[in-house]
Amino acid sequence: MSIRSILKTRGELTQNSSAKCPIVMSTRIRLARNLAQYPFPGWAKKTQKEEVLGKCLEVVARIPKIKNPAALRIDELKELERQILFERHLISRELSNEPEGSGVIISANQACSIMINEEDHLRIQVIKNGLHLKRAWNFINSVDSSIEECLDYAYSEDLGYLTACPTNVGTGLRASAMLHLPGLVISGQMEKVVRAVNQLGIAVRGIFGEGSDASGSFFQISNQQTLGESESEIVKRLNSVIGTIIECEEDAREKVLEDESVKIFDKIGRAYGVLKNGHLLSSSEAMNRLSLIRLAVDFGSFPEQSRFLVDRLFIECQPGHVQFKANKEIDTTQRDVLRASFIREALFDLPEPNFDHITR
Amino acid sequence: MAESINCDICSKLATVHLTQIVNGKIHKIDLCETCAKEKGVTDPNGFSLADLLASGVENEELETVHKDLVCENCGFTSEDYKKLGRLGCPRCYENLAPMIAPMLGHMHKGVSHLGKNPENTLIREASRQKENDIKTQLQLAIEEERYEDAAKLRDQLIRLDEETETSNVH
Repeated sequence: MSIRSILKTRGELTQNSSAKCPIVMSTRIRLARNLAQYPFPGWAKKTQKEEVLGKCLEVVARIPKIKNPAALRIDELKELERQILFERHLISRELSNEPEGSGVIISANQACSIMINEEDHLRIQVIKNGLHLKRAWNFINSVDSSIEECLDYAYSEDLGYLTACPTNVGTGLRASAMLHLPGLVISGQMEKVVRAVNQLGIAVRGIFGEGSDASGSFFQISNQQTLGESESEIVKRLNSVIGTIIECEEDAREKVLEDESVKIFDKIGRAYGVLKNGHLLSSSEAMNRLSLIRLAVDFGSFPEQSRFLVDRLFIECQPGHVQFKANKEIDTTQRDVLRASFIREALFDLPEPNFDHITR
Repeated sequence: MAESINCDICSKLATVHLTQIVNGKIHKIDLCETCAKEKGVTDPNGFSLADLLASGVENEELETVHKDLVCENCGFTSEDYKKLGRLGCPRCYENLAPMIAPMLGHMHKGVSHLGKNPENTLIREASRQKENDIKTQLQLAIEEERYEDAAKLRDQLIRLDEETETSNVH
C-alpha cells in the first residue's frame, strides 16, 4: 500500500467521528519494545539497525490482527509523505528526521501503526476515535503478544520491558487522549488544570506532542510513569483523570454560556464568517476557527453530522496535507489561499449557527 | 556588601533565593529573574522546588558518584548518558545500575515492574538456559569419562532440540 492509498482510505481519525463523548477526540496507546540482542537504535551501528528493521518488518507484516498493512521504509519516502504521516499521528517527528534504517507499518484503517527504530526498536501504537482506552489496550496487547511470539524482547523481571529511555521502562506504556477543551481555555482555567493534573503524574501537551502549542484548544493528556504500576492500573487512573477534566470542561462551557453568551456567540459567528468567506487562512487560524465550529456543534448550533467534517478538516488543513492537495510545490501564501478555498468548499452547505435554543 | 550569588541555571546574577524542605532534606536554590519566571517560581501555587531539583539532583549524582561506569556489552558510559539522555543497550540497566537505579525512584511510581510479561521470550530463554546447562554437564561427563551419563545427556539434548523445533513450526 502506498501513501496515496492511505490518504484515500477511510481512516480511524478522519472518518469515524463519535458523538457520544465529543470532548474526547481520540484515544491512543503506545508500547515501547526492544529486541533483546541489539543495542537501542540511537546507539546501534547502521548494519545492526538494518538487521532489526529486516526482522521486524518480516514479523510484523504477518500479524493476523493487522490486515492489509502498508510496510514503509522511511528513507524511501519523500519529505512530504513523511510530513503527511506525521500530521496523521502515524509516525513521530523523530522517526521522520532519522530515516536511516527506520520504517513503519500501518494498518489499512490507520488505527494501528508500528514504528521501527525510533527511540526504541518497536513503538506499537493504536488509535481509537473517542474515549476507548480499554479497547485500545486490549487490541494493542494482542498485537504485542503476537509480535513477541516471534521475537525475543528485552525484559527483566525487576524492571519489566527495557527501553532506551529510563522514563519508559516497565510497561513501556503511554496512554493518551486528545481532548478538546475550549471552555477551559476561554475561561482561563487551563493552567490550573494542567498544574493539578501534573501533580498526579499525568502530562498535558499540545496536539502534536512534546513542545507543540495548544492550537485549536486541543490537549493531549497522558501518563508519565511506566514503572511500579500495571497496565490496567495506568489505564484506569488516566481514565478517571480524563473523566474529571471532562466534567471541568462541561462546567466551564456552561458557565461561559451563562455569563458571556454574547461573547462566545460572537466568536463562533466570526469563525463561521471567516471559514465560509476567507481567502487566506494559515493552519493555526484554521485550527482555531474550526475549534469554535466544533464547540458550536457540541452546543447544538450546527447539525451533528458536521462534526466529522470539522474533524477531518483539522487534519486536512495541516501544511503537508495542503501541499499534497496542490500536487505541486507551493509556498506558504499559496498554501493559505488553497486552504481557505477548500475549507470554503467543504463548508458550503453548513447553515448559519443557530443559538435560539440556548438563549431561550 | 554581600557577596553576589549567580543563578543556578544560567549563571547570571541571582535575585531570587529559595529554601524548601523536600523529603526532610533542605534544598537551596538561587535564580536570576528570567529563570525564576520561566520555572514559575514567582507563582507560589505552581512551583515546587522538588520538580526543579529533580533534574539537578540526578546530574549531581551522575557527576560525583558514577563517573566511570561502562556497559561491558555495548561500551556505553555514564558520560554518554549525560549527553544523550538515553541508554545504549538493554544490558546497560544492569551494567550502569548504580547510576540508573536512583533515577527510577524519581521518575516513576515504584521501582519494580508490575505489568505484563513476555511469555514466549521467557519460555525460549528458559529452554536456552536448560540447553546450556546440559551442555556443560555433558562436557564434564566426557572429561571425567562417565560415558553412560554422557549418552543420557546427549539424548536429553536431542529431545530438547526436537521440542523447540516443533514449537517453532507451530
